[in-house]
Amino acid sequence: MDNEAAFDKFKSCAVEVLQVPAEKITLEAKFSDDLEADSLEVVELVMALEEAFGITVEESELDGVATIGQAFDLVTSKL
Amino acid sequence: MAVPGRRRVAVTGVGVVSCCGIGNDAFFDGLCAPAPVGEHRVHDFDPSAWFDVKQARRADRFQQFSVASAQMALDDAGDVAVDPARAGVIFGTGVGGLETLQQQITVLVEKGPRRVSPFLVPMIMGNAGAAAISMRFGWRGPCETVVTACAAGTHAVGNAARLIQSGRCDAVITGGAEAAMAGIGLAAFSNMTALSSSGVSRPFDRRRDGFIIAEGGAALVLEELDLALERGAHVYAEVLGSASTADAHHITAPAPGGSGALACMELALEDAGVTTADVAHVNAHGTSTPLNDLAEAEALEKLFGTPGPIVTSIKGVTGHSLGAAGAIEAVCCALTIERGLIPPTAGLEELDPEMHLDVVTGAPRPLPPGVLLSNSFGFGGHNGCLVIAPIGFASSASRS
Repeated sequence: MDNEAAFDKFKSCAVEVLQVPAEKITLEAKFSDDLEADSLEVVELVMALEEAFGITVEESELDGVATIGQAFDLVTSKL
Repeated sequence: MAVPGRRRVAVTGVGVVSCCGIGNDAFFDGLCAPAPVGEHRVHDFDPSAWFDVKQARRADRFQQFSVASAQMALDDAGDVAVDPARAGVIFGTGVGGLETLQQQITVLVEKGPRRVSPFLVPMIMGNAGAAAISMRFGWRGPCETVVTACAAGTHAVGNAARLIQSGRCDAVITGGAEAAMAGIGLAAFSNMTALSSSGVSRPFDRRRDGFIIAEGGAALVLEELDLALERGAHVYAEVLGSASTADAHHITAPAPGGSGALACMELALEDAGVTTADVAHVNAHGTSTPLNDLAEAEALEKLFGTPGPIVTSIKGVTGHSLGAAGAIEAVCCALTIERGLIPPTAGLEELDPEMHLDVVTGAPRPLPPGVLLSNSFGFGGHNGCLVIAPIGFASSASRS
């Protein structure tokens, strides 16, 4: 899967779980400020990503993940 | 004043989500119309009227009913200018977020523990409805949930009224909500043989054979009477008193002869400072189960003699919405007073020959002067009773 296809898939998960318009899902977007997503919603998003990408993300790996870009990097590092 | 020196409690707003109607007018019209056919779900409930998509996904259906009814009640009450620290929320439910629990157990079994929603706990907890209401309106006084099965809605209103009577609160949003019609809930009630096998709710009828399970929610805004009148609020009714007792007898069957129900009604009248002669109408629990209706009828006959005050059970139309039922019926009492009409008991065609009650059938009947009693009884042996009256009743010359 190339990077663009992976981000499209990531984006559709984020739109579905966070209920925000697709254009707000940018690499720079911050979960708390830009997307109004609290920690439980980030967990829910990660669960959706695990399912969509067939990966496993440990809770400890989410420490410091504050932006879409950081979360995307975490996902792609496991592909 | 019915009870000298005690702060009085006005009902200034009501809201309801029921299978026979959403909103006060549709609901009351529904109560006076034939019972819905088929499952007593609130088929036309659209959460988007009260929640955005994300909020709705995080809120179990019982919480959605809680918030929707509370919002309608507060809108109805108008400008409740209350100190948030003196504004409370007391809500009831029987089982909380059963649909969410069932869905997530399926996820657990099919996909494993890592896929269970992080929102499961705040969605299924029984207090989710009360919590959501306090957060939505910023009311920061006592915020609690009553869980007494089918008596929860009635107990919630009684407890809320006490918060105002005692001086702790100036306004309280109270009520109850239930959405337990997930497969697991239907199977459980069915297997305990509580549900009607004929599929018809017939309170007090000789052919009654169980209740029709329903869902819904209802809310009332209670305010200290003088403050309500000062702000020019419309006052539907006054909560004069309430009582709560336990049968201490059996987990599902009522105490023989309705002794627990009788004790509760007596205490409620005493709390309200009225006598049996003051009671014009009883909004009965009247579930349409053989045991409940017989015990309730026996209790009513012992308390009032026969035929006693005019009785109705709206469960002929609404079915039994468990922890929401008492709140829905309290809203019905407020609307009964407002409109001067008692809705009939749908489904009742032939009064059980063992009962000697004056039950409204067919068409609504005019409400005579006097106070209203609203009963609820729950599995576990919980009894609740409210005394609700037109605002003029307790102010009239006969009281001191």
